[in-house]
Amino acid sequence: MTTMAISVKDLSKKYESGFAVSHANFEVPLGTICGFVGPNGAGKTTTIRMLLGLISPTGGTAEVLGESITHPEKYLSQVGAMIEGPAFYPALSGEENLKVLATLGGFPTSRVSELIKTVGLEGRGGSKYKTYSLGMKQRLGIAAALLPQPKVLVLDEPTNGLDPEGIQEVRDLLKKLASEGTTVFVSSHLLSELELISEYIVMLRKGEVVFAGPIQDLFLMQQPFILVKTDSQSDLQRIIEIAQADGHKASIRSEVAHIEGPAEWAGTLNRKAFEAGILITQLSPQMPNLEETFFEMTGDRK
Amino acid sequence: MIRIVLAEWRKLRRPTLFLGTIGAALFFTGLTSTFLYLMIDSERGNSDRGRQVSRAVLELSGGSVYAFASVGGLLGIIALCVFAAQTAQEYTYGTLRNLLVRQPGRVRILFGKLIAMKIFALLMIAISAVVSIGISYFLSDRAKVSTNLWFTADGYHEIGKTLLNVTISVIFYGITGMILGLLLRSPISAISIGVLWILIIENLLGAVKPVFLKWMPGNQFTTIAQGGSQDLSYMHALTLGTSYVVVGAIVATVLFSRRDVSN
Repeated sequence: MTTMAISVKDLSKKYESGFAVSHANFEVPLGTICGFVGPNGAGKTTTIRMLLGLISPTGGTAEVLGESITHPEKYLSQVGAMIEGPAFYPALSGEENLKVLATLGGFPTSRVSELIKTVGLEGRGGSKYKTYSLGMKQRLGIAAALLPQPKVLVLDEPTNGLDPEGIQEVRDLLKKLASEGTTVFVSSHLLSELELISEYIVMLRKGEVVFAGPIQDLFLMQQPFILVKTDSQSDLQRIIEIAQADGHKASIRSEVAHIEGPAEWAGTLNRKAFEAGILITQLSPQMPNLEETFFEMTGDRK
Repeated sequence: MIRIVLAEWRKLRRPTLFLGTIGAALFFTGLTSTFLYLMIDSERGNSDRGRQVSRAVLELSGGSVYAFASVGGLLGIIALCVFAAQTAQEYTYGTLRNLLVRQPGRVRILFGKLIAMKIFALLMIAISAVVSIGISYFLSDRAKVSTNLWFTADGYHEIGKTLLNVTISVIFYGITGMILGLLLRSPISAISIGVLWILIIENLLGAVKPVFLKWMPGNQFTTIAQGGSQDLSYMHALTLGTSYVVVGAIVATVLFSRRDVSN
């Protein structure tokens, strides 16, 4: 029995304009939450569509729950998905839309009202979809993805249009599902949210996987850094010179010195600054977060 | 397959679509049937394109369904619009991806949708037939048309035959709409091109050179509903119409099953 929910080997999709996904390799273990990140146009949605059998790869292979993506009928009954935002029939109610999908998939329609409640749409399930706000549409999309009680849940930007409370609800829901054994493969541009819930990360850039693995491994690959503020710009420049003299990469970003180095070196820096007569107003050792790492690895910092 | 049919039926039974379509069918049926009898003595004719249908023709065993057969083409155009819209909207709403994730068998999805829409069309045809025969019977007395032969064994045979012909015609129109919906992936384009072709382009081509009508798909389907016409035999219309539908359906099915779903 496979221990991987998703296994992608050399997967490619090439259009006339070039590769949307190029020789991608990654694995997502069962029962984990895996964040799928990358700038717009990196190939996230194309990869998701290939995993769901909606588009055919031009090269490579992939498996979902141990079954090849060339036979999506073998695994899709255990997969829930929301791809590129929710899409439903505007003239039907939220409930009726879910019943269409439940009937099609052979799931009990009695699950519909339970799911409407789970995603916080109680009282609005009977309203037409076209009257829903963006957040409500998003909630209905998540409900549709949960219809099959999935072993693998694939969500493309599930928090789009949700208010902070809604985002937290989705975060809690995904954590709960993962604790019950569901594998969650979620793409989002809210990297701070992904950092809070993801155990695994797959990072794409221009169709290529730049990182795939546990999120701790990603952070270990990145240098910790120290943020320093001083009273004056000239002192800040002197701090940079002290850091560089000690072999640390350093630069000034938005009137803050950004020095690569471990937290322990902060004490040394403080002593050297004191000896040089520089008054440090803030000294803050930092671990890289997902957003910093993302910009670092995708080279997308503006 | 039954699950796909039931899921599609949930969409088709919504009041605005169901009542709107049946309403349109009843309007055209009522109009055609009423004019046929009320304008029987009019010099401007009482049938399509100003043709005169005499009492003698309406008093034949097939008289009860003469109006119904005449409205077959219009019912077909309604079916074309419904089938095209129901198919193409899956692309414009982006709902096709939801359907394919829940039911990855693309050909099965297509056939399930077709069966559900056929049931919808059959309901429309049945209601139109009852209304058309009812109006014809009701107005026959006023138009001084004898109904003695209408409900004889021959009369019932004619009713059955016309129902079958109209059904074939409407289904062919519907499948054409579905093919256009699959190829064009937009309800507006599919409906406008389908209706424009059948109502305008075919008639224009026919006016320029009547022999063209012998080969036009819309004319074949309408002729099937009428059980043949003076210019076109029933067998010719049925053979050519079936060929058009089969070829179109094969092309659309192959495209649908192989094409990437990117929206």
